[in-house]
Amino acid sequence: MVVSRRAAWSLRAIALVYLGLLLLLPVGVVFWRTFEHGFSTAWAYMTTPAAISALWLTILIAAIAVPLNTIFGVGAALVLTRSNSRGKAILDALIDLPFVVSPVIVGLALLLVYGQGGWFGSVFLNNGIRIIYAVPGMVIATVFVSLPFVVREVTPVLREVGEEQEQAAATLGASSWQTFWRVTLPNIRWGVAYGVVLTTARALGEIGAVLVVSSNVAGSTLTLPLLVYQRDSEIGGQVTTSVYAAATELAVLSIAVLLVMTLFGRRKDAR
Amino acid sequence: MLYLSIFVLIPLAAVIVKAFSSGFGSLWSSIDNTLALRALAITLGASLIVAAVGAVMGTLVAWVLVRDDFPGKRFINALIDLPFALPTIVAGLTLIALYGPDSPVGIHLAYTRGVVVVALLFVTLPFVARSVQPVLIELDREVEEAAASLGASNATTFRRVILPALRPAILSGAALAFARSVGEFGSLALIAGKVQIASIVIYADIESGSEQAAAALSAVLMLLSLLVLFSIRRLGGRVGR
Repeated sequence: MVVSRRAAWSLRAIALVYLGLLLLLPVGVVFWRTFEHGFSTAWAYMTTPAAISALWLTILIAAIAVPLNTIFGVGAALVLTRSNSRGKAILDALIDLPFVVSPVIVGLALLLVYGQGGWFGSVFLNNGIRIIYAVPGMVIATVFVSLPFVVREVTPVLREVGEEQEQAAATLGASSWQTFWRVTLPNIRWGVAYGVVLTTARALGEIGAVLVVSSNVAGSTLTLPLLVYQRDSEIGGQVTTSVYAAATELAVLSIAVLLVMTLFGRRKDAR
Repeated sequence: MLYLSIFVLIPLAAVIVKAFSSGFGSLWSSIDNTLALRALAITLGASLIVAAVGAVMGTLVAWVLVRDDFPGKRFINALIDLPFALPTIVAGLTLIALYGPDSPVGIHLAYTRGVVVVALLFVTLPFVARSVQPVLIELDREVEEAAASLGASNATTFRRVILPALRPAILSGAALAFARSVGEFGSLALIAGKVQIASIVIYADIESGSEQAAAALSAVLMLLSLLVLFSIRRLGGRVGR
């Protein structure tokens, strides 16, 4: 289809204006509001003890949830593409559940199972393990909401690569473990990497599910997104520099992730 | 499977059980009040608008990114992923900064239904664009040229040749955007204000200790979004065949 110059120009203009108004302008304003009272003011808000501990907790939770979901994701993708087990169709349908269910419902669900008076809550509490309103619950919530990314990125790659190379390795006497490390994994590594980046981005930014199962105490169970939420509600809707500073801190962390994502995208195209 | 059960299935089962714990009648009575019904109506209405606008604009953006060429295209292409990378709470805050009480552009949309739709468009932007883009790249241009040489206008070619090929991708992208909108919390937590979005009502119920009401609304919300997803998928499947 050959579009006239004028039509092409107007389509381009509509797309760019839409993206500009929806994405660039709002994000730009947040950065501007963060630093409007000078860099040092913003920096002071970013380095309060509460902010520092929130930053570390955010990274800690991601550091636990991402490897768990990566291992599960690659395993589940292998089951979905390489095995003929009967549960396959069910597994396929269930894996997308975390995308469909609201994060707040995830939080509620964990509360009902692991909380006080929940199904397994008393078992853990009697053994002195707090899950809800503590870090373990926040990790479980993060695992839940970021679960499908690796599976969904790796499955199509596995399908496209096919089984021939693996079968060849097997005929040449490789054990299935060797086949996985030497043949399968190198083939799917970009899919895995992209899935990991998406999982990380979601894990860093999750608020809904984590908010419900956190006790929101600064210094112990406050992640960066929760810090933004808390600072905002403390002031009662009057959003000031402290909120913007925490948001910028979080945004910088996740924009770093976006840059990595773009790099991986380029590598994928180059292949 | 065990992993999935511990983290996903058992907790979700608990919500359903809780919702029905005191019988179907009480489930209905906790839904059948104006607040819950209004929340459901507003949430579904906003999500449908977002899915529709997102489908049109996402397709347009994908088209410009694939067929058009201009300086800075790579930057725009990377920009599409921003809503996936940016934490939703920051997305919500950006909209307060822009449309809030001390808005630099003088538009006061914050705490209205309008800003809810804008926020949802923001967080769901990549879904349609990213699902249409690869299909558009793979699309065979010869078919379009054949249509044009047979005298079809651009509009006809688009409607009869290109759109049918893109439809499954557009629909599945829109379905994802819809599902995400129905459950969205993070970006709306700060800006929705008095607009009673379902996820915010559920959160308020949990905070005030009425887990039963929260579970009931959750169960209905999950059911509705599964229904819509299922029908969109069937629609896409039928057209795709």
